Amino acid sequence: MKRLAVNGDQAIALSWKQINPDVCASYPITPQTIIVEAFSDYVADGEVDTEYVCSESEHSSMSICIGASAAGARAVTATASAGLAFMWEMLYIAASMRLPVVMTVANRALSGPINIHCDHSDAMGARDSGWVQLFAENVQEAYDNSIMSFRIAEHMDVRLPVMNCLDGFIVTHAIESLTPMTDEQVKKFVGEYKAVHPLLDTKEPHAFGPFDMPEYYYEHKYQQAMAMNNVLPVIKEVSQEFEKVTGRHYDFIETYRTEDADYVAIAMGSTAGTMKAVVDDLRKEGHKVGCIKLRVFRPFPYQDVAKATEGKKAVAVMDRAISFGASGPLFADIRSAEFENRIHPRTVNYVYGLGGRDVGVEDLKTVFKQLESGSAKTINYLGVKQ
Amino acid sequence: MPARISVIMKPGTAKEYETGSWRSMRPVVDKDKCINCLVCWMYCPDNSVLVEKGELKGFRYSHCKGCGICANQCPKKAITMVEEGKE
Amino acid sequence: MISIKEMADVPVKLTEGHRLCAGCAEPIIAKQVLLGTDKPVVVSNATGCFEVSTSGYPYNAWNVPWIHSAFENAAATISGVESAYRVLKRKGKVQDDIRFVAFAGDGATYDIGFQALSGAIERGHQFLFVCLNNEAYMNTGIQRSGATSKGAATTTCPSGTCIPGKREFPKDITKIIAAHDLPYAAQASPHNWKDLIEKSAKGFEANGPAFINVISPCPRGWRHESAMTIEIAKLAVETCLWPLYEFQDGKWKITGESKRIAEGTKEKRPIQDWIKSQGRFKHLLDPKWKNLADEFQENVDKKWEELIKLSKQ
Repeated sequence: MKRLAVNGDQAIALSWKQINPDVCASYPITPQTIIVEAFSDYVADGEVDTEYVCSESEHSSMSICIGASAAGARAVTATASAGLAFMWEMLYIAASMRLPVVMTVANRALSGPINIHCDHSDAMGARDSGWVQLFAENVQEAYDNSIMSFRIAEHMDVRLPVMNCLDGFIVTHAIESLTPMTDEQVKKFVGEYKAVHPLLDTKEPHAFGPFDMPEYYYEHKYQQAMAMNNVLPVIKEVSQEFEKVTGRHYDFIETYRTEDADYVAIAMGSTAGTMKAVVDDLRKEGHKVGCIKLRVFRPFPYQDVAKATEGKKAVAVMDRAISFGASGPLFADIRSAEFENRIHPRTVNYVYGLGGRDVGVEDLKTVFKQLESGSAKTINYLGVKQ
Repeated sequence: MPARISVIMKPGTAKEYETGSWRSMRPVVDKDKCINCLVCWMYCPDNSVLVEKGELKGFRYSHCKGCGICANQCPKKAITMVEEGKE
Repeated sequence: MISIKEMADVPVKLTEGHRLCAGCAEPIIAKQVLLGTDKPVVVSNATGCFEVSTSGYPYNAWNVPWIHSAFENAAATISGVESAYRVLKRKGKVQDDIRFVAFAGDGATYDIGFQALSGAIERGHQFLFVCLNNEAYMNTGIQRSGATSKGAATTTCPSGTCIPGKREFPKDITKIIAAHDLPYAAQASPHNWKDLIEKSAKGFEANGPAFINVISPCPRGWRHESAMTIEIAKLAVETCLWPLYEFQDGKWKITGESKRIAEGTKEKRPIQDWIKSQGRFKHLLDPKWKNLADEFQENVDKKWEELIKLSKQ
């Protein structure tokens, strides 16, 4: 199919159009709004037959998705920042009911102060909610992840909601070249939705979301944890099948020139792209550097991270979020993964890019230089004005 | 019952949960006075007034909590509340 | 409407074995509401006594499909179910002609659930929303809500030596809902089961959002004998504190005993009878708070006159 010049939000809307979900419920919030605007156009023009519900809040968007998914429909939504925070309660409930809702999150800083630009604090707040979390580097990956999200969520070994994250403005609003799949390819790849014990089966009534006493709550949470354990193999399987159709390769992490590198930086989202350019520049100057892009954040690919960081002299973990009183959330997971190795590289944390603070080539070069010189502190605040 | 996902797959399983032990007073009907108007059935919160072919047949003591609404609402005063353990 | 004898033959949708208190009005109301349709029905439930007590895993008191997701979103959840129904029916994946009902307490209607309810009504989903109004947060132990009566003692507005219970009148949610210009809204009471079943039938067939606010005496929270539940509900109507009426296609119509009171064929009882009937108002019998009891009566009279005026438009 011919290439298109679209931004990340339009690419997501296009993926939804091709999937034609049964129900879409959403509430506008920058920088996600283009998705629901573009999708509304598809609805208005009859290009999809989705029941499109303009909810009165994000909390209701997720509640509607929960109701629709329990009823037996394929349900989607999109949000960002405060919208995701407002859904927080419902995220856990969607996951506990094992509903394969798919949501795009246009990563944006949380208030306060109010700020509409990119960081990952919104998605990090949903880290423990029981959702699968994928992060995209660019428009193409955001589109591809969106298509794959449905297959992952709806897999019978999983049946968990999936959050498809892309960086606010940097990916959502930047126009890039996209090679979409054909409508037929998408339809075949995603397949017909299979509802599991739907609420609308009035002949076999089920009770969704009953009250649990201590005798059962723990077991239900355990079941959820076991389902989450099934996710990585499913992502692998789905990504491999996706590669057969599109030629585009995806894994849990992407290593870039790490094999013989002594110094490695790890990032999620668009920064991984800049990082690759920085690695190329520094390699030309003779520095043995490489980088790792984390595509799957939940469930966390501990083994892959451990393998990729084994034997390195130092590792920098880039956190586009802050956990007050502790390290960045990604740092904690990376260090934990590294603990599997016998020898642990010096691993430091860089908090960066909060509230859309631009992170350029020179900033990231600083990270590698500090890694090499050993001057990095355990927790560093990259580019902050003191 | 094994723990599955937090969805109860079967309807009406609460019937297995007997609430009759909550009761300190039990309803007793005097069928001579009863006119089978079934007001007691309509107002019973616990689905514990037994009706067959339009006739009041007694009470589901396994579940009746002894609230006394049936006795209080009976227009013929055909239902009396008797202390448990007494005839 | 079918006869009560025929109703007793209809398979129950809410079974025994739920753990609501003895004498709770909620299952009585639910039974009557669900007798209002012979179509398959899907129930959504807000968090609260009714949800907790009818669903404790693995004991399901429901013989119909049921969903609870949270406290504030019974209307949003059912609108999701109904949206799925619309599209799946359109796609030929669902054949049944299904009705949708949400049950919520007064907290989940007047307060925390109000936004989701207002949104769902505005969007025009086809569902019946039933408020089981026991005038306080009973599930957490009798705390004040936007529906709590002025002068009533709750655990967060207790009657003390300085403050005699709740200081504000409840909001008139039925009128607020009617202001959405929805197809059907009503107030009802379980003592008048014919009236409530009829209203439910209208709500189910409203072909759009419908709302019924039902007074739901709570022996524990209102401090009355469990056997008195239905009588107390009746008293609420007879004092005109809780008039029975409906709002349909923009017209207000007084129904049941309230209609007879409005027409002068039935006596309107003084609010003092209401105050005396429940322990939550006990302190108002103290001469010290006589002004409050008077104010209570004045407010009931004012609201009642307003309703009569509306019904004559």
